[in-house]
Amino acid sequence: MDIKEIIKPENLVYQKTKLMTDAPLSYCPGCGHGTAHRITMEVVEEMGIWEDTIGVAPVGCSVLAYDFMNIDMTQAAHGRAPAVATGIKRTWPEKFVFTYQGDGDLAAIGGNETLHACNRGENIVIIFVNNGIYGMTGGQMAPTTLPGMKSSTSPYGRDIATMGHPLKMTELIAQLPGTYFVTRQAVHTPAAVRKAKKAIRIAFETQREKKGLAFVEIVSNCNSGWKMNPVDANNWMVDNMFPYFPLGDIKVNGELIK
Amino acid sequence: MAKIIGAIEVDVEKCKGCGVCIPACPTDVILLAKNVNGKGYHYAYMEKPEACIGCTNCAVVCPDGVISVYKVKMAN
Ligand SMILES: Cc1ncc(C[n+]2csc(CCOP(=O)(O)OP(=O)(O)O)c2C)c(N)n1
Ligand code: SF4
Ligand code: SF4
Ligand code: SF4
Ligand SMILES: [Mg+2]
Repeated sequence: MDIKEIIKPENLVYQKTKLMTDAPLSYCPGCGHGTAHRITMEVVEEMGIWEDTIGVAPVGCSVLAYDFMNIDMTQAAHGRAPAVATGIKRTWPEKFVFTYQGDGDLAAIGGNETLHACNRGENIVIIFVNNGIYGMTGGQMAPTTLPGMKSSTSPYGRDIATMGHPLKMTELIAQLPGTYFVTRQAVHTPAAVRKAKKAIRIAFETQREKKGLAFVEIVSNCNSGWKMNPVDANNWMVDNMFPYFPLGDIKVNGELIK
Repeated sequence: MAKIIGAIEVDVEKCKGCGVCIPACPTDVILLAKNVNGKGYHYAYMEKPEACIGCTNCAVVCPDGVISVYKVKMAN
């Protein structure tokens, strides 16, 4: 069969959601931020809530998320997205409000805001893209950088004795009674993307039901910061990031798993 | 049994040649072109179009969302 016979509107089974704008993404080739954006917008589209959803972009590579997500958005000072989202949600309790944050933003400078928004049980969704590094500023060590992992500020590898342990923010906030759904996902394979999308759906449904804070970590690559090509970076992530940051649900229906 | 035939369409100028779609394809349809697009990236294309089953795997992992997938069922 001729390709032209197949590529026709009536045979279309997948295309980029209209809730992503046509602006070319500012991300490096193969960076997971793009996939994380797209599945978030697919969930908003499938729930039919695009006119009632407000996103809060962070400081980090995804600072321009408002240019890419075709919904109402704002952008917060570094690490303050959960505080800004709290204000928006309390002003408009019927809106769906989410933050989209990197690990430097959420776990370093914004650690305090994150903990307290989670502890207050704000009815918001937090999407946390953990690539173990400050991607935007040139690959400095983050709280999430792995033991022995090289970064521009740990050129000989992260030394636990002097630089401390990688921070498992997701396990930490799962202990707080204000969080209702807490999970860790990834977007490097088709199966992982489909699972991560289901988790984001549960997170937004949690907000609809006003059950408390829903937190979705996405372990992702920063192939530029890690100085690898995109496919190698995804493989390195599987071998090195996943053992320390294991994928799966951590808290479901307000109950810790295990 | 009905046979499924698929095809993908890559937005060549927006593809960044990251190659993430290649290992995602169960039937090894995709390769990166020898030629480059306007940005200098070796864009993805169907090297083995006859093997595409329209499963959408490649499009689902493409960070830039530049792949559209089409599928038809053929009665044998
Ligand atoms: C108050 C303030 N301090 C520091 C910076 C510099 N800065 C910009 S982005 C960033 C870290 C971003 O890392 P992360 O949140 O992990 O995002 P990524 O780029 O990895 O997605 C830092 C420290 C800033 N912009 N503002
Ligand atoms: S620097 Fe890292 S996080 Fe930023 S766009 Fe590039 S790969 Fe993605
Ligand atoms: S995953 Fe997308 S951007 Fe990357 S090579 Fe394939 S089509 Fe191009
Ligand atoms: S739709 Fe499936 S079979 Fe076709 S190119 Fe993409 S991954 Fe391969
Ligand atoms: Mg980061």
